[in-house]
Amino acid sequence: MRHLIDPLDFTKEEVLDLLDLADDIANDRFRYGEVCRGKKLATLFYEPSTRTRLSFEAAMLNLGGSVLGFSTADSSSASKGESVADTIRVVSGYADICAMRHPKEGAPLVASRYARIPVINAGDGGHQHPTQTLTDLMTIRLRSGRLNDLTIGLCGDLKFGRTVHSLMKSLARFEGIRFIMISPEELRVPDYIRDEVLKGQGIPYTEVETMEEVMPQLDILYMTRVQRERFFNEEDYIRLKDTYVLDAQKLKTAKENMSILHPLPRVNEIAGEVDDDPRAAYFEQAQNGVYVRMALIMKLLGLTL
Amino acid sequence: MLNIDSLETGIVIDHIKAGASMRVYKLLGLDKLDCCVAAIKNAKSSKFGRKDIIKIEGITDIDLDVLGFIDHNITVDIIREGKIVEKKKLVPPKYLKNVVRCKNPRCITSVEQGLDQIFQLHEVNGTRQYRCIYCEQEYQSRQG
Repeated sequence: MRHLIDPLDFTKEEVLDLLDLADDIANDRFRYGEVCRGKKLATLFYEPSTRTRLSFEAAMLNLGGSVLGFSTADSSSASKGESVADTIRVVSGYADICAMRHPKEGAPLVASRYARIPVINAGDGGHQHPTQTLTDLMTIRLRSGRLNDLTIGLCGDLKFGRTVHSLMKSLARFEGIRFIMISPEELRVPDYIRDEVLKGQGIPYTEVETMEEVMPQLDILYMTRVQRERFFNEEDYIRLKDTYVLDAQKLKTAKENMSILHPLPRVNEIAGEVDDDPRAAYFEQAQNGVYVRMALIMKLLGLTL
Repeated sequence: MLNIDSLETGIVIDHIKAGASMRVYKLLGLDKLDCCVAAIKNAKSSKFGRKDIIKIEGITDIDLDVLGFIDHNITVDIIREGKIVEKKKLVPPKYLKNVVRCKNPRCITSVEQGLDQIFQLHEVNGTRQYRCIYCEQEYQSRQG
């Protein structure tokens, strides 16, 4: 039985196959409307989420399956002190596949060790978010026509931004990738990412503090939100939250074919005026998230058209 | 100098960093053994000035893998019939199970106390580091 806990759980070839399937689904999703008839997805969300949970549910409903689950820890037996291991053992009898979001890092890995059904990591603390990465890869490939030979700018909270960590691990497997990391010193990528993904694999990278100085070089600008929920200290959050705001003025020096991605939700980091810019890809990215999750559910359940 | 009889059969764990023998004693679970165990602190060492030594009498089949994590300078001699029959080479173990604790407050192990604390060995640019398998935080030796 396969799970998706870490973005590298799938080989590069498996990821490309999955993206091919997601592209096909995007072209005509109604052809896939019966693939999961009779199957159930459990969404175990111990932390609030709009996009990820709804896109998982939309994905399963699009495939003809059904969904059950909870959307906060308060409405689950976790509030009574039940362990992740016990919860997943019980849920394994109720559903065919499960997507889990948890504020604590490693919770989906724990679940996968006790589950009798495939477990998908839908985000664990500041650690990993592999299905967002699949969404990002699909969007980058659709927009740029490739996943190699790209200069990727990552901007904002690179320390706690799990989507960034997962994306870097995945893109590092493609040729000709270069990262430019734009963040205040306090929010730079964790050492384990810098050591293992960048230095360990010889990926060229630069760390800067302003986006203006690197904007002309970028093929992709990946914006992130500074997340209040990741800070133990409110003062630090207040000080750092508006460090970067992308607006039309800053985009003037960007390539015409650059794409702006954001895992959403955004707060202030992308001005509303950027939404109409053809380089803005973040709403398209959110849409792609449904297709790629449809492809993922099919793969983990071993289902084909 | 304090005199401890030489072993007929057993294990000599030598060149332990001075003062670290009780940590080794605990990590190897020697407190749970019925046999005779001697921990010698601050013995003279030509190499290190001072060192600790542990002698275990009567048994030779203890899992010593964790020593490779503690200090690669430690040496282990297996004694049978009063002679050294094997000098064990210490290799850092691939996994550490319930040897050290993850200190990341965001790690699942911080709230679910029943989980095994498991660290995996990673080699990055020739440097060895142990990382929690759940949250990937590196173990820092200043941690407890």
